[in-house]
Amino acid sequence: MTTPRVAYALALGDDALVLAQRLGEWVARAPELEEDVALANIALDLLGQARTLLRYAGDLEGAGRDEDALAYWRDDRDFRNALLVELPNGDFAVTMARQLVFAAYQYELYDRLRASSDDTLAAVAGKAVKEVHYHRDHATQWVLRLGDGTDESRRRMVAGLATVWPYADELFQPDDATAALVADGVAVDPPTLREPWTSYVEGVLAEAGLELPEAAAPRSGGRRGLHTEHLGFLLAEMQHLHRSHPGATW
Amino acid sequence: MVTTTQDLREIVATVPDPELPVVTIEQLGILRDVRVGPSGHVTVDITPTYSGCPAMDAIRADIVARLAEHGIHSVDVRTELAPAWTTDWITPDGRAALEEHGIAPPGRDTLLSRGRKSHGPAAPIDLTLSVRCPHCGSPDTRELSRFGSTACKALWVCRACQEPFDHVKAL
Repeated sequence: MTTPRVAYALALGDDALVLAQRLGEWVARAPELEEDVALANIALDLLGQARTLLRYAGDLEGAGRDEDALAYWRDDRDFRNALLVELPNGDFAVTMARQLVFAAYQYELYDRLRASSDDTLAAVAGKAVKEVHYHRDHATQWVLRLGDGTDESRRRMVAGLATVWPYADELFQPDDATAALVADGVAVDPPTLREPWTSYVEGVLAEAGLELPEAAAPRSGGRRGLHTEHLGFLLAEMQHLHRSHPGATW
Repeated sequence: MVTTTQDLREIVATVPDPELPVVTIEQLGILRDVRVGPSGHVTVDITPTYSGCPAMDAIRADIVARLAEHGIHSVDVRTELAPAWTTDWITPDGRAALEEHGIAPPGRDTLLSRGRKSHGPAAPIDLTLSVRCPHCGSPDTRELSRFGSTACKALWVCRACQEPFDHVKAL
């Protein structure tokens, strides 16, 4: 049964899973070898978080679905990730803009979720917050380097931020499922993350000599299963092996 | 026949880490507990270094195999996330073994400011610790990449002897 707690664990797990898949696409295509390794490492951290969260969602649901069933046998309308993480990678600056926006959000989220009254969520957050600190720093270093670099790198960084900016708002929107959990101290109320997130991101942009992107109409829907056209293609690649050969292992 | 918890712990403690085979899982601080139940069933608790550490399955299998060599077949290996692993749990002999094999342990030698402040209100100044080259011992080293060959390591290079080396990053 999809209780609010199942929905919450799925949303957190799907964010991590979908972004892990996206970052994995950079392997062997990044601007330098060190970035192949760095992005693969970040993706691996996210995948580890996703596995625990999806396993927990499946256990709570009680319908016999394990982490693989949830990752490979749901269709796009059943995924609860924010739209931001499913966006195509674009060029490296778009990916770094997304990394800054998302890692800064995830850091504030996990930092508070450590105090959750739910032991499993608190344990995942306690583990992950230290990993995400590295992710946030990695994105910060690149945004500074590109924003404060050459005319071309700056142009691309500005364009990258403009691409992802409309999708940041969804991360901080309240929703009914989460509201029920906030009162019990299980979940973190998304709107409370906006201020510390803004403070961090604005600090990085200021240091990089970049202006805040112009306000654009916010895009949302992922938490309700209404995704961009990009998620279906991502899932097709991620799920096809398991669906063609159910239970395949190596 | 092995029966005591202490004996069992000593057996499990000899299992090497698959990705850092110069140290055991106990030296790395990922072996948390070994218990034996009244019926002789053995439960081993381990903790991952990073959430996505791909070595966990191999470690689990190695523990089961090592105990089987001693005639113990009723074994559960459980993964515990809390409290989260930290590099502080690497034992002193584990740190020495890493260094001896050219991997710089997470160190606390010299405080160096990275010269860039953290963001946010009243944020602390980010400090990073100088890493001593495991080859020549020089503290004159620099980070090439925060992310190395495994999730728990970063790639560094020594300015004195020019050798690159792995560094287990503080977590």
